[in-house]
Amino acid sequence: MIYGLLFFEFFKIGLFAIGGGLVTIPFLFNLAEKYDWFSRVELINMMAVAESTPGPLGVNMATYAGFNAASISGALISTVGLVLPSFIIIVIIAKLMSKYSCNTRVKDFLSGVRPAVIALILWAGIPLAQTSLTSDINIMIFVGILAAMRVWKKSPVFYIIIAALIGIALRL
Amino acid sequence: MVREFIKLFWVFAKIGAIMFGGGAAMLPILKSEVVDKRRYISQEELLDLYSISQCTPGIIAVNIATFIGSKQLGIAGAAAATLGVVTPAVIIITAIAAVLTQFMDNRYVIYAFSGIRIAVVALVINVVIDLARGNLKSWGKVAAFIIALAVLLAFKLSPALLVLTMGVGCVALGELRRRRAK
Repeated sequence: MIYGLLFFEFFKIGLFAIGGGLVTIPFLFNLAEKYDWFSRVELINMMAVAESTPGPLGVNMATYAGFNAASISGALISTVGLVLPSFIIIVIIAKLMSKYSCNTRVKDFLSGVRPAVIALILWAGIPLAQTSLTSDINIMIFVGILAAMRVWKKSPVFYIIIAALIGIALRL
Repeated sequence: MVREFIKLFWVFAKIGAIMFGGGAAMLPILKSEVVDKRRYISQEELLDLYSISQCTPGIIAVNIATFIGSKQLGIAGAAAATLGVVTPAVIIITAIAAVLTQFMDNRYVIYAFSGIRIAVVALVINVVIDLARGNLKSWGKVAAFIIALAVLLAFKLSPALLVLTMGVGCVALGELRRRRAK
């Protein structure tokens, strides 16, 4: 019954991850704790792959996570589950609305959701840091990369490649 | 008719195959394909779609595809565009996942991923900083952020429940404020 469970969990993510692909990360961490589909370390590896391959980040993550949990059919089911809620909602909105805009209540809803989403992503960063920043050298590399990101706005792929080279050079 | 569906699928499959990451990063690619080349929508409409896709659940690029497909050819069009934007990612990721599992015990791959995992933490923190600077512009929002974080740390609340509670709470607050203003 892993397929039904996968579909249900990713449908839930598709319904509640408001604000795009990165918002799926805390939800996926939740899954890593709840099920034995993938570990924390595997999830962080997945994030790196999802950032450096073409395709929408959220879709890449769902496909990868689904594949890890139950191979190709798992990948397909997770992706369909993720996309279905917004598909239904948007088809309805597109029919009803002639001009696209958010109404007052939706705006109010979002003004609460945005701070929650930022807190969620930061919260997902804590286990991430615990798993990845395990030595002083790792912490120094982290500070260096983050500083570089703040100064030069290069694409994530650039930093992922640099970090891979550092990892190989220092035998981390 | 069938050709139009295939075309819609193809246009969005191309977008799905060349876009990287998420959020605003895919806007230039969308603009060149959907606005400049195909003239499905105008640039203003694209920006409207972008903002509304941020306030509907789901992946932003997928939402925009669903919207445009739906406007072009109804539900079947929405399905064609959505399938299009998702298909390359599913194929590429499945292939990579299958290959990577074979190499995951290679020494150099392990070293590389140990380095990469550090960069991923930096990426996430970097996004949090960007989002906080862009969104937490009033004390009320900063307070909401701190409350959300405290609740997450103190209780093992599920992300879905937190999003729902905070959203509904703000709608209630907004209603109260409007009623009092009357």
